[in-house]
Amino acid sequence: MSAVLDVSDFSVEFRTRSGIVRALDRVAFTVGRGETMALVGESGSGKSVTAYALLGLLDAAGKITQGRAVLEGVDLTAASPGELARIRGKRAAMIFQNPRAALNPIRPIGQQIADVLRRHAGLSKRDAMAGAIDMLRQVGIPDPARRASAYPFELSGGMCQRVMIAIAVATRPALLIADEPTTGLDVTTQAVVMDIVAKLASETGMATILITHDLALAAERSARIAVMHAGHIVEDAATKTLLANPRHPYTRRLLAATPTAAGALSALRSIPGNLPDLRRDDLPPCRFAARCDRRLPGCDAGLVWRDIAPAQRIACWNPT
Amino acid sequence: MWRLAGSLPALVAVIIVTFVLTRVLPGDTATYFAGPTASAESIAQIRAALGLDRPLPEQFWSYVQALARGDLGMSLTTGQPVLVDIMNRLPASAELTLFGLLIAMGIAIPLGVLAAVKQGSLADHLCRVVVTAGVSLPVFFTGLLLVYVFYYLLGWSPAPVGRLDAFASAPPFITGFYLVDAALARDWETWHSALAQIILPACTLGLFALAPIARITRASMLAVLGAEFIRTARASGLSSRTIILTYALRNALLPVVTTLGMVFSFLLGANVLVEKVFAWPGIGSYAVEALIASDGAPVQGFVLTMAILYVLLNLTIDLVNRALDPRARHS
Ligand SMILES: Nc1ncnc2c1ncn2[C@@H]1O[C@H](COP(=O)(O)OP(=O)(O)O)[C@@H](O)[C@H]1O
Ligand SMILES: [Mg+2]
Repeated sequence: MSAVLDVSDFSVEFRTRSGIVRALDRVAFTVGRGETMALVGESGSGKSVTAYALLGLLDAAGKITQGRAVLEGVDLTAASPGELARIRGKRAAMIFQNPRAALNPIRPIGQQIADVLRRHAGLSKRDAMAGAIDMLRQVGIPDPARRASAYPFELSGGMCQRVMIAIAVATRPALLIADEPTTGLDVTTQAVVMDIVAKLASETGMATILITHDLALAAERSARIAVMHAGHIVEDAATKTLLANPRHPYTRRLLAATPTAAGALSALRSIPGNLPDLRRDDLPPCRFAARCDRRLPGCDAGLVWRDIAPAQRIACWNPT
Repeated sequence: MWRLAGSLPALVAVIIVTFVLTRVLPGDTATYFAGPTASAESIAQIRAALGLDRPLPEQFWSYVQALARGDLGMSLTTGQPVLVDIMNRLPASAELTLFGLLIAMGIAIPLGVLAAVKQGSLADHLCRVVVTAGVSLPVFFTGLLLVYVFYYLLGWSPAPVGRLDAFASAPPFITGFYLVDAALARDWETWHSALAQIILPACTLGLFALAPIARITRASMLAVLGAEFIRTARASGLSSRTIILTYALRNALLPVVTTLGMVFSFLLGANVLVEKVFAWPGIGSYAVEALIASDGAPVQGFVLTMAILYVLLNLTIDLVNRALDPRARHS
């Protein structure tokens, strides 16, 4: 499996009035063709920042301070803004949480898909609209020719997310980043939306990064899971391995906090302690140390990532 | 149509208020027209002729009846029906106000957009200066200042004596807007004269309108640029031109249009002063002259015209909003 995206040593900081936020620290992972990788972690752990930084969508305060992110042989961290704009939407696309707000409220949905096709596929107005209607059909929107002239406020949240997917995959990108794509949708719609993404991915060999705080969703939909905590990827393993034999203490806690289909809701145990303040100048090497019950004196010496088993990588001195 | 009906109560209120106002205002019309040397009898005679000796409700009733016939009364100063005077003068005011608004929009909207897109840039600072200055300069002051600088000091513009200089004659009436009519008649000499006359008063109004439009454009643009659908547009790699003009600006224009309506109604008010400063033969200066002469009918006619203009204006804003915003079309 050749890597579509190869991220290594990737760090991001935000310069704010109240100090420097070290949002990502030496993040590394790869995603292969047709592979779905999940990026999971609590809210605020840096999942969205990872996605925005990869696509060059960070606001002015955010900077990639080191590392590489190679998409199909092109290092995104070294690309000019113009090059990035040509890659975005064409080779790497993204869908978001809250799909209705993510669509232009006063532009017909077909037009919004056509805009992307015109920009990246260089289609004429008419061909772009025909392509847009075809995309609406592919994401399962009934009566696509008529719906193309609808506005987001006339559609349900699930329909809006389908439109969002159509915009993202219209140009057959090599990589799709889905940032909490089903949050806020009802359970049936969640399944439908994820099915559509999976179908398009398998048809086109698109690599998918599924960002979610829902470990159950990640377990169901991805072949590999990377667990993020306070800007570090603390564990990265095949889904089966990670569920059966989590090695990082944080992964274990996360698994324990996730209600399974069998377990009652009372089984949900929240993780003690909070994410550390990422603006601190004296951030410990392991950002989980303060919450960890397996902490050793050596934990304060430094953090290293190591393969503890084939295809299982962790950042911990004292794995479980 | 419903909106038109909804504004009827407001119009009725305006009719009552203007009527009452012109009756309780100081200054006795009959005395004014009888002249300083008139005897008590001749004043009483004039008062009876004008119907001013009858009880107020009766006066009001005959006023309303006349209104229903489209009769706004006679102007005692010009000796013409008020309706005719106002119809003759309305195009002058409308041309001036619209031209002023166009100047303001042509500067303020691009300035506001630039200021929002490039925060902290020269355009942003300029925008801030304009907004502050526009708020603190009263309109008659800018008017006089412009006349002083461009006519008196520099001599670039002609004397502020109305819509045309003394040697030009009005173009044939089509719209009543001299710039439009002269252009339609291909009479470029008159067109130039009309332009030279209108530019200073229009700039005065424009400067007045600049600040609120620039401020709302900048704020609205900033809000839209931070919206999630702009992030989607950027994530889709759309060109910055498409993002700023097609995605951001069209959405940002919705509050701007509403503000334009407000600014336009302020301009109608500011017009009164500007017309006075530039001897502009519009309905504003007409009303001021009538007010000084205690001539009630033109003042009533003026206020009523303003109220009708205001209603029509709101209707237009509504239509434009519907054209721009599909959500407004639905509700
Ligand atoms: N624009 C920003 N300025 C400063 N800090 C930011 C900014 N965006 C995100 N952060 C910080 O980066 C961290 C990760 O945020 P995020 O990636 O949004 O988390 P999540 O995993 O929930 O998507 C948080 O601590 C957040 O405060
Ligand atoms: Mg997030």
